[in-house]
Amino acid sequence: MRILVIEDDKEAAGYMLKGLSESGHVADHAADGEDGLALAGEGSYDVLIVDRMLPKLDGLSVVEKLRSEGQQVPILFLSALGEVDDRVKGLKAGGDDYLVKPYAFTELLARIEALVRRQNPAEVETNFKVGDLELDLLSRQATRAGTDIQLQPREFRLLEYLMRHAGQIVTRTMLLENVWDYHFDPQTNVIDVHISRLRTKIDKDFDAPLLHTVRGAGYCLRESGS
Amino acid sequence: MNLGINLSRAIRTTAFRMSLIYLVLFGVSVFLLLSFIYWWTAGITTLQTDDTIDAEITGLSEQYRANGLAGLANIVRERSQNERQSLYLLIDPNRKSLAGNLNAWPEVETQEGGWLDFPYQRPVSGKVMTHEARGRHLLLGNGFQLLVGRDIHERMRIEKIMRRSLLWAVVLTLALGLIGGLFMSRNLLRRVEAINRTSRDIMAGDLHQRIPVTGGDDELDQLAVNLNEMLEQIERLVMGMRQVTENIAHDLRSPLNRLRSRLEVTLMGDASDVDYRDALQQTIDETADLLETFNALLNIAQAESGQLEADKKDFNLSALVRNMAELYEPVAEEKRMTLTSEVAPGITVFGNKHLMSQALSNLLDNAVKYSPSGGKLMLVLRLNENRPQLVIADSGAGIAEADRVRVLDRFVRLEASRNSPGSGLGLSLVKAVAQLHCADIELEDNLPGLRVVLTFEEQ
Repeated sequence: MRILVIEDDKEAAGYMLKGLSESGHVADHAADGEDGLALAGEGSYDVLIVDRMLPKLDGLSVVEKLRSEGQQVPILFLSALGEVDDRVKGLKAGGDDYLVKPYAFTELLARIEALVRRQNPAEVETNFKVGDLELDLLSRQATRAGTDIQLQPREFRLLEYLMRHAGQIVTRTMLLENVWDYHFDPQTNVIDVHISRLRTKIDKDFDAPLLHTVRGAGYCLRESGS
Repeated sequence: MNLGINLSRAIRTTAFRMSLIYLVLFGVSVFLLLSFIYWWTAGITTLQTDDTIDAEITGLSEQYRANGLAGLANIVRERSQNERQSLYLLIDPNRKSLAGNLNAWPEVETQEGGWLDFPYQRPVSGKVMTHEARGRHLLLGNGFQLLVGRDIHERMRIEKIMRRSLLWAVVLTLALGLIGGLFMSRNLLRRVEAINRTSRDIMAGDLHQRIPVTGGDDELDQLAVNLNEMLEQIERLVMGMRQVTENIAHDLRSPLNRLRSRLEVTLMGDASDVDYRDALQQTIDETADLLETFNALLNIAQAESGQLEADKKDFNLSALVRNMAELYEPVAEEKRMTLTSEVAPGITVFGNKHLMSQALSNLLDNAVKYSPSGGKLMLVLRLNENRPQLVIADSGAGIAEADRVRVLDRFVRLEASRNSPGSGLGLSLVKAVAQLHCADIELEDNLPGLRVVLTFEEQ
């Protein structure tokens, strides 16, 4: 996909552009808010990565201007300001996600992919299917190969999130933020334990595993071989 | 010279200007008040004089009507001998004295109603003196006239004394007020000067200085106490910052050094691609740890600095604890422990939800980390004498009593935990978060194990 990176730190932007193109994306760079606004205004990007602190025009204002012009493009804020308040401000200004520096590149990649996916939902989905695993949000039922799977409410939400992002990598932080609404890093492997519980329920008695661990990044729900 | 400078400064003070305003106000009030008293007293004595004269004239005119001129002359003659303050003069049409104790008819103009104020000669202890008098004349017919008067010399003297003393009273009031104002403003100035001096010392870098408190508990004392508390807080923050800086220098230096050594050694030898990859992966893992430590330090500093005070909100602690128990239950189960939670519903506290989550997560992380397989973890939220109380108990090795205070400090890692991962910052954050929420934190023996008790203020 086409990505615009608005970031004034040239070196950091350089690494980011390289990483993005190695991951198969096409990325452009703007070094200040005004250039960023002009480039973004052309409207041909799938996602914007915007730093909060920018010369000429700060990140918040760039996003506010874009939104007031009716631009719907998904936007991810990057910031060295990590307080809860700053996160809220960023989201209020029209950002779709917020990532605090320093971040792992895999985290950034997973988030922008999740953002772009969220942007094109096939209407309001209430039914998800990955392989022979099905999830019905209305009846709150999960079945695999026709067999009912009993899930706790939180496990249900965890599976729902994974299903919504089927085929994509989701990181532990993304799960903690979106399934539990926590914005901190637990020292222990809390998320891993919850995933392994879920895995027991959806994968254990079946031949092909669906819930995969991606080393150094997170998890991915997908059909084997796909 | 010093006095001169002090005086000119005293004059410029607010206290002096205030006292000057009060002085003018007070002086005018006193002047008006005393003038009123004077006018009232003087008026009454004048009235008394006039009444006496009127009464006598009435009496004498009755005598004249009853006994004629001769009878009147007799009475006037008689009274002239007795009365000392009363003056009489009865004259014939040629202005010749027939009777009375006045030598001659006064050469002054007669006022309305026949009143006249006049000087006359009066023999006092062998000498003749000029005295003031007031009188009224009565026309008897056929050119005969009667003058009845009273010596008002004494009255005038008293009025003069009164006027003078009233004037002095005003002058004295003003003088005393001025001196008092100067004294007060100098006094105030001295105390303000003390505050200024302390501020200058502090600005010069001596953070230990405190403003002297006189103990009078007045506004200046309260100001001094407040400023001292502010200084206390500033000093604590500066010390905290210094400590953090020192700790960072100390505790981040060794992992950074390790990291650098690995990279250098990897570059030295004939390393294969796999070796490079491994070294890089290890480096990434280690920077992740470093960042975690760094974030923990920032969190603690933020919680301690008080900059979050303004963002505090009421939040449902019961829900937070329940969710946290749910989050950690599988973690405990994985290590074959049981996590039991007892959460009283509907307890709210005032603070920061996210930091509280982080603190609780740290405590649960510790409980899981330091309890043996098969251990029991307890998470309790209840009201204790109306104060919300949060208890996290484990059945691990516990913490020796001697270490319980120390372990809350930054980077303190007890010998027993040297080999398990961690930064030594978990409990420091808990302590800082407890402080932010005005909660008391106690580490107790759970026989066996550790029990951490956070007691909040009554909500």
